Amino acid sequence: MGKVLMKGNEVIAEAAVHAGCKYFFGYPITPQSELVAYMARRLPEVGGLFLQAESEVAAINMVYGAAGTGVRVMTSSSSPGFSLKQEGISYLVGAELPALIVNVVRGGPGLGNIQPAQSDYFQVTKGGGHGDYHTPVLAPSTLQEIIDLTEAAFDIADQYRTPVILLGDGMLGQMMEPVEFKELNERDPEQKEWATTGTRGDGKPRIISSLELNADALEKRNELLQKKFALIKQNEVRYETFEIDDADYIVTAYGTAARIAMNAINQARKDGLKIGMIRPITLWPFPEQPFIETRDRVKGYLSVEMSAGQMVEDVRLAVEGRAPVSFFGRTGGVVPTQEEIYDQIIKLAGGVEV
Amino acid sequence: MTMKTVFEKTTGLTDNQTHYCPGCTHGIIHRMVGEVLEEMGILEDTVGVASVGCSVLSYEYFNCDMTQAAHGRAPAVATGIKRVLPDRFVFTYQGDGDLASIGIAEAVHAAARGENITVIFVNNAIYGMTGGQMAPTTLVGQKTATTPFGRNASIQGLPIRVSEMLSTLDGTAYIERVSTHDVPNIIKTKKAIRKAFETQKQGKGFSMVEVLSSCPTNWGLDPNESLDWIKDHMVPAYPLGVYKDVPKEADR
Repeated sequence: MGKVLMKGNEVIAEAAVHAGCKYFFGYPITPQSELVAYMARRLPEVGGLFLQAESEVAAINMVYGAAGTGVRVMTSSSSPGFSLKQEGISYLVGAELPALIVNVVRGGPGLGNIQPAQSDYFQVTKGGGHGDYHTPVLAPSTLQEIIDLTEAAFDIADQYRTPVILLGDGMLGQMMEPVEFKELNERDPEQKEWATTGTRGDGKPRIISSLELNADALEKRNELLQKKFALIKQNEVRYETFEIDDADYIVTAYGTAARIAMNAINQARKDGLKIGMIRPITLWPFPEQPFIETRDRVKGYLSVEMSAGQMVEDVRLAVEGRAPVSFFGRTGGVVPTQEEIYDQIIKLAGGVEV
Repeated sequence: MTMKTVFEKTTGLTDNQTHYCPGCTHGIIHRMVGEVLEEMGILEDTVGVASVGCSVLSYEYFNCDMTQAAHGRAPAVATGIKRVLPDRFVFTYQGDGDLASIGIAEAVHAAARGENITVIFVNNAIYGMTGGQMAPTTLVGQKTATTPFGRNASIQGLPIRVSEMLSTLDGTAYIERVSTHDVPNIIKTKKAIRKAFETQKQGKGFSMVEVLSSCPTNWGLDPNESLDWIKDHMVPAYPLGVYKDVPKEADR
């Protein structure tokens, strides 16, 4: 197909179409509105349906209804709108329905602003809505990576019958990069025996519900969900490492922050410092393994985030106190610069020998 | 001598025993929805959406595919189902707390879009499941757990007449308010439910039947007194009748 220059939000949308998603229910919010607009134009071309809901709450519940029929369906939003979707996400988890939910994060709390941020990490990785649950979270750092991860997100959603979150930020959503899509293959929709499509002569009615009034029975359902989460933790962890074998210090960052940190690390390597990088791609399940493998031999970790320090808590859990973990972050939609991160690395490593 | 069968339970309902309180008319309304689905031969092509509140377990009672929705969101959930499966029958079954309070936006916008779904709206002027609190449909002067001195319009505002309100929207095709307080009205209720599903079958758009219903437990009345209370208090506040009936040929 060759390379095309596209905006991040549109890449997510086209990647979803490539992954066989034909149904989108959404509500405009900056900085992800291009995704909604792209779907409004694109989905009718592939025989799909776009519907602008009256609110984020309605949108996620339309997704819930559509997901119950077994089709690939998605919605997208940005932080304040994503908060409104949490009710529906909890229900999707409870009823075990697959769907893709995109969060293009902006500065908060409250209405905040429309600049890029990573301050929704807690909300997406720790459940977010009510009840005991997690949703898989995929965090691309380039527009090309969005294409693979969007398809992976739908596959994980279908395989485990769970909502999956694709986490970007305002920078990834708004930036343009050349990307390459594979040819669009018409795929046959998967037949899901649990889907409510009308019984149509196949016997007993099916019920989609997250209600279980009996405490013992609900505990059993929770135990089954926890088993599923354990399976996802076992099978779906994704991360990337850079020169961690000889590293004295390891920087860890995801998404946009990882791109900028990578430049700072390259600069530090040129200056003779042994700095490595662990880039989580799945934020839940969090990639503990590269930290476990390095924690007894490195002098320390630095978590770089566009937040006041959220992922750093998972880093500390993975490191289990065996090495110092420090943090650098900017908040409110401020994107850290390469120089700022470089200075933090130098501070951590005790300076550069001249 | 063999016995002749003169009456059978509708196949539109499962064999599950319902949890509704004695004297509550949910059971009657359930049965009529089930009978209509059976008589129209559409049980196997129907997906129902259960709401939150007393009817939360209705997915256990209707003998068709069912989805349980979050409080108030049933019209949005129904929209998602119907937009994927336009040739299936999709209905929601909602109480007044669910539809007229927390879910009013979803109800208004599903109606405004002309979603080709059917809403069975059961109005008993009170929150039943949570223990008898004020609903948007609670009558002025009516005592509830949260209006212990009676609903005072200057403090708690005035009741919402959902049928009147939704019938002002161009997207609605058929809206009728009926009651369950006596046999003639119950027969009318079934006709209205049938008409609502026929409206959906003809692809005319949003249809809703508002059914005035009793809540003996939370009203503090016995079942017979409750039926009288519907007739004497609810019907004057919520006049019965057809509020919208868009002809099939209408240019919409």
